[in-house]
Amino acid sequence: MNEMSFRTEDPWRPLKRYTNARIALGRAGSSLPTKEVLSLSLAHARARDAVLRELDLYGMGRTLSSLGIDVVPVTSACRDKEEYLQRPDLGRRLSEGSRETLGVLAGARTANGDFDIVLIVADGLSSLAVERQAKPFLEAYLPLAAGLKVGPLCLANYGRVALSDEIGSILGSRLVVILIGERPGLSSPDSLGAYLTFAPRVGTTDERRNCISNIRPEGLSPAKAAVKLDYLVRESLARSMSGISLKDEQREMLPDR
Amino acid sequence: MPYKTTVGRTVYRFEDLKTVLAKATPERSGDHLAGIAAESAEERVAARMALADIPLKAFLEDFVIPYESDEITRLIVDRLDYKAFGEVASLTVGEFREWLLADSTDTETIARVSPGIMPEMAAAVSKLMRAQDLIAAAKKIEVVSSFRNTIGLPGRLSVRLQPNHPTDDPKGVAASILDGLFYGAGDAVIGINPASDNIDAVCKILTMLDSIISHYEIPTQACVLTHVTTSIKAIERGVPVDLVFQSIAGTQKANESFGVSIALLKEGMEAALSLGRGTVGNDVMYFETGQGSALSANAHHGVDQQTIEARCYALAREFHPLLVNTVVGFIGPEYLYDGKQIIRAGLEDHFCGKLMGLPMGVDICYTNHAKADQDDMDVLLTALASAGVTYIMGVPGADDIMLNYQSTSFHDALNIRRLMGLKPAPEFEEWLIGTGLADEGMGLIPQTSANRLMIGAMEL
Repeated sequence: MNEMSFRTEDPWRPLKRYTNARIALGRAGSSLPTKEVLSLSLAHARARDAVLRELDLYGMGRTLSSLGIDVVPVTSACRDKEEYLQRPDLGRRLSEGSRETLGVLAGARTANGDFDIVLIVADGLSSLAVERQAKPFLEAYLPLAAGLKVGPLCLANYGRVALSDEIGSILGSRLVVILIGERPGLSSPDSLGAYLTFAPRVGTTDERRNCISNIRPEGLSPAKAAVKLDYLVRESLARSMSGISLKDEQREMLPDR
Repeated sequence: MPYKTTVGRTVYRFEDLKTVLAKATPERSGDHLAGIAAESAEERVAARMALADIPLKAFLEDFVIPYESDEITRLIVDRLDYKAFGEVASLTVGEFREWLLADSTDTETIARVSPGIMPEMAAAVSKLMRAQDLIAAAKKIEVVSSFRNTIGLPGRLSVRLQPNHPTDDPKGVAASILDGLFYGAGDAVIGINPASDNIDAVCKILTMLDSIISHYEIPTQACVLTHVTTSIKAIERGVPVDLVFQSIAGTQKANESFGVSIALLKEGMEAALSLGRGTVGNDVMYFETGQGSALSANAHHGVDQQTIEARCYALAREFHPLLVNTVVGFIGPEYLYDGKQIIRAGLEDHFCGKLMGLPMGVDICYTNHAKADQDDMDVLLTALASAGVTYIMGVPGADDIMLNYQSTSFHDALNIRRLMGLKPAPEFEEWLIGTGLADEGMGLIPQTSANRLMIGAMEL
């Protein structure tokens, strides 16, 4: 290593133990040391990759089928990622083809009565989150849903949270849960969110949903998130509602993560 | 009233003022999402040509949102200084651009006319301006505000120290505050976005900020960026509140979605004024804005997002705020798609805010789903510093670990001050020198364990 250094270290480095914020980075002149410039670039690159990565519908479909559940691939009205990022309205609606597919499924279903729950897995803003967290989460959750009439698992491309409203209403499910990639942070490019809506229909507003966020091993573990979801699903079905009123009581009954 | 312009053999017809304004706006995703953007590049320029010929007087009659249905429109119209407007009353929008840029129009001229400018006029003229125009015209404008220091003087650039923490952990917050102070940040405000809006949690942070500021005798102010009603409650509890914060929007309906009204903001301001905590001055309000918020609340009335943003400034100027900043790239790519759109919007917002008489700062920022990166922020920061931006954000390493977005860092602020020869607020500058953090030229002094702040850091 070179004896000469053009870098000024910050002697308050011990403060780093109190926060994950990028403090005491040191400087080269007024700028960041090279190591820190690269570290920030890497974190941003990972977040960008997570946003732009296309969901491997075929591979993911096979992975999820291995859990012993019927998987139906669907897609929103968006044609590509670029449109998805700019047109939230299209990401909330099914493509015509997907609407027809689900309509056929719904017609075949009526003999057995309504579904209690339909699960959806959607890429959202992080396909990486879906690839990493969807399987472990469902492995933990599906056994807990025993006794419920569970509809086919919909695997959705270019989906927003509200896409679950149209899917749930076509399939005639009492309740719908969408597992979706969250907007990546620099330290969390692979965080999954779960949104629950009772009596889903197009035009449902967000205060009628319940959300479990930050599902990933470093945040809320998939196993713990599954227990939390199971609680919410049963409460929601028992009381025929979802949203703010359900959340308020949950706060008292369930210790927060 | 419809407006027309002919380009070659095509006649473009625009239904009313708000349509011309929307179609004349430089391209951005939010106006496409709203379905009001120009349908071709030529239509966009045609709309600008039509707009350039519209007399400013027309704005006094053709409201983009009706007077009867929106309290922001009523505020704009009722509080307009018609005498000040008189000086530019004979101009068209195109001539107004030239008036702003003319050598004969100086700081005093604009200050005199500013109370007579409607936000829609500011937005309109900005749509005819290139980036260099937005910079040159803004640079002429001087807006000074004060609380425990003086913000906005020429040759100065202030920094909001933003020490956010995902769980509001007091030591975590304090660690980031110390880091920022060592880098010379914090003269605009030490301002925290709390992870929780819970009143007890907010009061705890406010008390902690107050003790840090008084312990080190820092000539600056603190703020917890919580809802105005929470700040009012904190004041009622006797907790030290320097500034009352609120996010505001440019339509009554969008403000309702934020849970605010003009009356409520007045209540908040009076509560803060009653404490009399300012020393140099008593500007107690801090507002944040940002293009796209009205559309996202489905409360845009078919008006383009930049014009609605300018209407926020008419609301803000009613309160003589200490600080106003647009959080330009926070809202996401549905509204501003990439670095180019964010840069343009940042320059527009800064110019329009200054023209409306506000101490305008910019949170130069982006989210990870926008097509932008730190290079774009560097470009916008350099452009805004040339334009005389009042303040910017200082976030440790540019990475806000609570709000999950990237802004400007303590390093960025230091860098731009050194590059452009800009200094912090004078009282804060004196404190930096007196505390042994910076030399007279605002170069950082390498720290030793004898410095007060270092002792505090080691004892945290």
